[in-house]
Amino acid sequence: MKPWRISQSVATAIVLLLVLLPLYARLAGEPFALTFGSRVLVFALAAVSLNLVLGYGGMVSFGHALYLGLGAYGVGILAHHGVHNGWLQLGVTILTCAIVGALTGLVSLRTTGIAFIMITLAFAQMFYYLFVSLKQYGGDDGLSIANRSDFGLFTLGSPITLYYTALLLVLAALLATHRLVHARFGMVLRGCQVNERRMKALGFSTLRYKLSAYTLSSVLCGLAGLLYGNLTGFAAPAYMAWTLSGELIVIVVLGGMGTVFGPLVGAIVLLISEELLKALTDHWMMILGPLIVLAALTARRGVYGYLLDWDAWRAQQRRAGKGAAP
Amino acid sequence: MTFSLFTIQMLNGLQLGVLLFMLSAGLTLVFGIMNFVNLAHGSLYMMGAYFAATAYAHSDSFLIAALVGVTGSAALGFAMERIVAARLYARDHLDQVLATFGLILFFNELARWIWGASPYYMNVPEALSGTINLLGISYSTYRFAIIVVGLLVALGCYLLINKTRIGMLIRAGSSNPTIVAAMGVNIKMLNAAIFALGAALAGVAGLMSGPILSVQSGMGEPILIMAMIVIVIGGIGSVRGAFYSALIVGLIDTAGRAFLPLLLREFLDRSTAQAAGPALASMLISIFMALVLALKPEGLFPLRNR
Repeated sequence: MKPWRISQSVATAIVLLLVLLPLYARLAGEPFALTFGSRVLVFALAAVSLNLVLGYGGMVSFGHALYLGLGAYGVGILAHHGVHNGWLQLGVTILTCAIVGALTGLVSLRTTGIAFIMITLAFAQMFYYLFVSLKQYGGDDGLSIANRSDFGLFTLGSPITLYYTALLLVLAALLATHRLVHARFGMVLRGCQVNERRMKALGFSTLRYKLSAYTLSSVLCGLAGLLYGNLTGFAAPAYMAWTLSGELIVIVVLGGMGTVFGPLVGAIVLLISEELLKALTDHWMMILGPLIVLAALTARRGVYGYLLDWDAWRAQQRRAGKGAAP
Repeated sequence: MTFSLFTIQMLNGLQLGVLLFMLSAGLTLVFGIMNFVNLAHGSLYMMGAYFAATAYAHSDSFLIAALVGVTGSAALGFAMERIVAARLYARDHLDQVLATFGLILFFNELARWIWGASPYYMNVPEALSGTINLLGISYSTYRFAIIVVGLLVALGCYLLINKTRIGMLIRAGSSNPTIVAAMGVNIKMLNAAIFALGAALAGVAGLMSGPILSVQSGMGEPILIMAMIVIVIGGIGSVRGAFYSALIVGLIDTAGRAFLPLLLREFLDRSTAQAAGPALASMLISIFMALVLALKPEGLFPLRNR
């Protein structure tokens, strides 16, 4: 029998709870739980996409909210022009995010370290100001989305459908991340994180791998944005704000950077703590801020990372125990 | 377009440039020497502005306001270095970004808690409230004072770094901190002093921009992002580079905002130009930075001795 792993049981329990959440919301008569759950899932999806570049590629993108915003505007702008077809909105979002991701990625990846952080931030700010000044699409105030995406078979107008679509996408993205990082592509990407010069010496065109990962991540984050637009019924420049990019980084690090399941755990932990602190005081950010500082100072592996470490430690203890027995 | 309008816009650009320099000098020193990304530098600027505005409202003396604003933000910077930053010098940039992001959230909320959510106004001091005649063009005395203060600060930085013992240690620390420590210099105190100096400069910027901007929670971040762009363009760690590129960025931003909409109106119809002008203008410095990085990833004026 395979030894029991804490990290796996926690992951299974979380997925189970997420599957059952709408049932609870219905029975307890708390529609807020469903909306909140959808929010968690949208942020988890965005964080999964960021984790791909941040956790596995070592690229600290401080502008990922850009793609969240592009996804939301993908729904918003098309709906504004009377196009409610979800598939079309999806296609436009994917294409836009892929093009923007590839182009900005190409410039950004010429730099590393702090310059990369700053240039991704600058690109996000650039689009932020672009959408602020697009007065025909609401400018600073944003654009409300009256009719949600209609995918023919289903529409994202129903909260339950939206929730399960988001859940399905998150699970698919987690599975895809798992497959990807254990495939050749992911190995090369992780190699770049550890020592890019050595990967180059081995003959890999590292830029190509990193750019592909960055573009893929942009598109995935765009999908999260599409869901976010449908969830809030709104697309605004605020979705591209640098604070949101920062929040996504917090989620990834809090959950466990470079672990497959971490971003989902991080999204749950951060958003629930935010809600709890909000209930406590109006100035909840005065508590959250220092907590983030504390997390950066001490808890570097993230919640899920520590669970994995614990499992590894237990496995080691078991091996040591076996070795000692005659 | 008239000559005087052009000159006034150039002076405005210069004024933004020196403000940006005061912020980016500290940022680039801290980054170049301690290898520390301080996103919370904008919070020091904001707190400096609040301290100065509060002191000015109570004392009615700009001198006291300056004293309170600058020493207040320097003390805050010193505390920030000792409590948070010093623990993160050896860590990677991600941890630093995360921690200082947390600090920003804290300070913005702190400011909202103490001074309220609505903007806090600081009056232009009586003596500087008029206009000044520069070669036949009348220009706001206060804005001119900002330019003068900024240039004096830049001169002071130059003298401090190139002509004094502290400056020698700073230069030595930026090329090899371990050896400096081995020579018997208390590198911890040196680091804290540099951090506090950067914070003091941010405080000067906050003090000077208090009367022309509204002092409010979150005012530090837009200008911090511009200062970050400045140091990336100028070459990280180089104060000289920060000075030149702050002026370039200030001029580009101001000129873009003032003239781009007019320029676009020449060959676009009015409504399109009106919509696209401000958009392009606010994107201009980001585009400029992307261009610089694409051509010279190490910045325009990198440190020579690296």
